[in-house]
Amino acid sequence: MMKRVYVNEKWCLGCHLCEYYCAFANSGLSDMVLALKGKPIYPRIHVEGDEKISYAVSCRHCEDPICVKSCIAAALSKDNGVIRIDKNKCVGCYTCVLVCPYGALAPGEDGVMQKCELCLQNECGEPACVKGCPNKAIVYEERGEMI
Amino acid sequence: MKKYVIIGNGAAAVNCIEGIRSTDEFGEIVVISEEKHKVYCRPLISYYLEGKTDLSHMGYRGEDFYEKMQCRVLYGRKAVAILPESREVKLDDGTVVAYTDLCLATGSSPFIPPFEGLSSVKKQYTFMTLDDAFGLERGICQSDHVLIIGAGLIGLKCAEGIAGRAASVTLCDLADHVLPGILDAEGAALVQTHLEEHGFHFCLNDSVARFKKNTAYLKSGAVISFDVLVLACGISPNTSLFQDIGGEVGRGIVVDDRMRTSVENIYAAGDCAEGADVSTGRKRVLAMMPNACMQGYTAGVNMAEGNKVFDKALPMNAVGFFGLHVMTAGSYEGELYEEKTEKTMKRLFTEDDLLKGFILIGSDERAGIYTSMIREQTPISSVHFDLLKKTATTAAFPAETRRKKFGGVV
Repeated sequence: MMKRVYVNEKWCLGCHLCEYYCAFANSGLSDMVLALKGKPIYPRIHVEGDEKISYAVSCRHCEDPICVKSCIAAALSKDNGVIRIDKNKCVGCYTCVLVCPYGALAPGEDGVMQKCELCLQNECGEPACVKGCPNKAIVYEERGEMI
Repeated sequence: MKKYVIIGNGAAAVNCIEGIRSTDEFGEIVVISEEKHKVYCRPLISYYLEGKTDLSHMGYRGEDFYEKMQCRVLYGRKAVAILPESREVKLDDGTVVAYTDLCLATGSSPFIPPFEGLSSVKKQYTFMTLDDAFGLERGICQSDHVLIIGAGLIGLKCAEGIAGRAASVTLCDLADHVLPGILDAEGAALVQTHLEEHGFHFCLNDSVARFKKNTAYLKSGAVISFDVLVLACGISPNTSLFQDIGGEVGRGIVVDDRMRTSVENIYAAGDCAEGADVSTGRKRVLAMMPNACMQGYTAGVNMAEGNKVFDKALPMNAVGFFGLHVMTAGSYEGELYEEKTEKTMKRLFTEDDLLKGFILIGSDERAGIYTSMIREQTPISSVHFDLLKKTATTAAFPAETRRKKFGGVV
């Protein structure tokens, strides 16, 4: 069992702050204004929904990840339960976008795919979206396996 | 102890090895690899020529993969016969390898029509393997005019790969549109226009009547001079080993959803296999990476006395040319929903309350949400399809489905 990011639709305000915290955590910069102000952001979590319901979506770190199996460049791999992407291997073919049932992968600024790696590889060390969620709608916990 | 033999060393073979090792730590594994390379990402050969990747990033698995999996790989060896009675595989050097379970992951070969005068063409290449890419890399120079026969995935990716290395690229295809295997005529027209803007020339609905050295005489009467010829007319599954022992072969080696063939203890996976297509229910060869991996892994688990079913295969392709992305899946049958602009196209095909297939061109939508509907055969009536057809979003699913999908708090 591993910890994953889960979202409680009931509590999600649809404020999109998680997207900003995500983009900042993965920017490699220490100043949020420098990292985000006036720039398009490429977060690895995104808010979906309509006026009635909203929720944030990020990688489910599937037990049997179809993206990893499908990647033509072997850029996606599973490392201790975390699905990771090697940006130096990815050629931006969109096969992972075509197969992920959650819509959890999208290209970054450079056209190379990016995805949630639970902030384990950046300075944050734990999911920034969870830390930053003002309504505690996003949680990081163990709940069982995803298919 | 089990003795597993795998013929082939591509993605299907490697996933087969991983499938075996997920179940059986100790059995002996022998891989017969005609190519002299460790497993590499075959679809990247065009990206290699384009300079978008290099050899150090093209490995499909780590350098120590075979060691870690405790496999013996016979490089540069070709299997020439299967001896099903004695459960042995005969190799081109006369040696025999015994098996308890055999996986045919033999892939496919370029299909080359019997063109008149083809042998008079000095510089001719196919485009399937890393060695093919090396050959082209050495064989082409900046002043060369390249003629590619075939405007399908292989021909077009090859064209993109060598565009920066040649003076011109012309593609000829028997079909009346590009990418005939994955696009309809209107979708193809968008892609063709984009490719023409990048300097490619097309001779469609046409074919070569004969070659004479550096000239191709087309059926239409057109005459094309070229320096380098690439043959990308299609692929044919490598089935002969299995055909020779009387196994059931359609276009590919027929397999069930456990990748078992008609012959006991022989499995098949990848480009050489013909399994069920969930979008049509019919059997067909699905020569695509995701399919090869799933089939290979499934074969491996079952060879090792595990129990795995893969019954979710469907045709799907994601491919980009000079920044224009094309994503397709399923079959293009039934009622059409369409959105179109000058540079983009979205087509969804529905039938019997199911999404059967789609074409997305110039889109960065989260297409996997559509693909999963086809794969899981989700009834359209169970989702908010008016929303979903406009945007690929899980918001179109009922809250209960979404809770299950995302594991959210109830």
